[in-house]
Amino acid sequence: MSLSYVLEPPASGFSFENSTRNAIVENSLGNGNVKTPSPLKTGTTIAGVVYKDGVVLGADTRATSSEVVADKMCAKIHYIAPNIYCCGAGTAADTEKTTEMLSSNLAIFSMNSGRNPRLVMAANILQDILFRHKGQIGAHLILGGVDCTGSHLYTVGPYGSMDKMPYLAMGSGDLAAMGILEDGFKLNMELADAKTLVRDAIHAGIMSDLGSGNNIDICVISRKGVDYIRPFQESQFNDKRQRKYKYKAGTTPVLSETIVPLKLDLVEETVQLMETA
Amino acid sequence: MALCTGANQTEPLSQNHDLVPDWTAHEVRTGTTIMAVEFDGGVVMGADSRTTTGAYIANRVTDKLTPIHDRIFCCRSGSAADTQAIADVVAYQLDLHSIVMNEPPQVKTAANLFRRFCYRYREELMAGIIVAGWDKRGGGQVFTVPIGGMLVRQPVAVGGSGSSYIYGFVDENFKPGMSKEECLCFTGKALALAMERDGSSGGVARLAAITEAGLERSVILGNQLPTFSSS
Repeated sequence: MSLSYVLEPPASGFSFENSTRNAIVENSLGNGNVKTPSPLKTGTTIAGVVYKDGVVLGADTRATSSEVVADKMCAKIHYIAPNIYCCGAGTAADTEKTTEMLSSNLAIFSMNSGRNPRLVMAANILQDILFRHKGQIGAHLILGGVDCTGSHLYTVGPYGSMDKMPYLAMGSGDLAAMGILEDGFKLNMELADAKTLVRDAIHAGIMSDLGSGNNIDICVISRKGVDYIRPFQESQFNDKRQRKYKYKAGTTPVLSETIVPLKLDLVEETVQLMETA
Repeated sequence: MALCTGANQTEPLSQNHDLVPDWTAHEVRTGTTIMAVEFDGGVVMGADSRTTTGAYIANRVTDKLTPIHDRIFCCRSGSAADTQAIADVVAYQLDLHSIVMNEPPQVKTAANLFRRFCYRYREELMAGIIVAGWDKRGGGQVFTVPIGGMLVRQPVAVGGSGSSYIYGFVDENFKPGMSKEECLCFTGKALALAMERDGSSGGVARLAAITEAGLERSVILGNQLPTFSSS
């Protein structure tokens, strides 16, 4: 008796089978009325600045799903290594997973070699991943940290292009943030000035861009360690909840109660010895 | 819920999204002016410093003169991601080749590696590259590998979107047998003219002179560029 199907193991990597289907649906079948659903994007403002002793990264905390705010306290500054953090803009899932993959890679490298990872290595790995996927991973990342060669700030785009600069802004609010950074940046700033500059840049993004908002997170990375201040500044427009949504015990009356005990019989018992050598 | 839209590389996810500006959908391009000139004893290379995503300048201080080996550099134009990846691949291949041959690599070898890569993947790549450097056997050499993967050696090569505006200037003012300083001045003027006229070129002018003795890099800041009577 022949099988009516063949079991295929899932192929590794991305499957682009649906891309052509989506293109056909959008273009011909629906007469232009059918739109494929769009993924959750973090319309975002992220910024980074190199100061005297290290790097200051900043981000807003709003994640949007079209015109609704999906998450008011989204964490956009991701942990990569003890001395490296990464801000992500673009598709929320893509930035999350790409930074997690990078973090795992660097952790394995650290364990194998016994060395702390360097920023160039992180940037190269990101560039490699994103270039291989030809822009299908919508991740616009700002990578910052301090290693034995100094403090560095990199940006990696979704197609795999990399730039190294002393100050950067990305996301939908980056035009506003870049204006503040271009005006206020100086080389070798003090920590307080750098934090104020990044806060001002993110604030400009929040004020001028609909996709950015709520609170501001700041992450300071220096040779001494990391100071992840979340939130650095809370939104002044935070609403107070008008009522509680938890119901008191007893709100729903219980009319009757039936208890049915399950009868279980022991069918088979096996003992497997563990190898504890 | 993250479906990918279409197989078209330059139109990813954010087509109809009002909250995300249009230029985030564009790939990062080095709309550029790049140039390289041979002289007796080496080469002079120059490039502007503007990288654009659509109409936004993503990096106004880009370094488009990328080292491939100690005495071999390349000027990159086209897609930033593609050219950075190609330069990394060729640098690795050239390094391995140089270790195997136990001598510094030749410029024409580097140029051929670029050509092989750019020609084989010509459908997927958007890269126009000028390879230039010095080696013991041939002296200063300039090779151009435009989009499509052709390889041609030229005494002076220009490339990028701004090159269209300076073909006349280059044809009129290039003389064989110039000195290094004359070449630097010639390249600086040509870049300034192109940056003046081409919207996708601008920022600072980066120059590099490669000779047997080594590498000398210099920068002409925006306000120090030569000015011309029409402006």
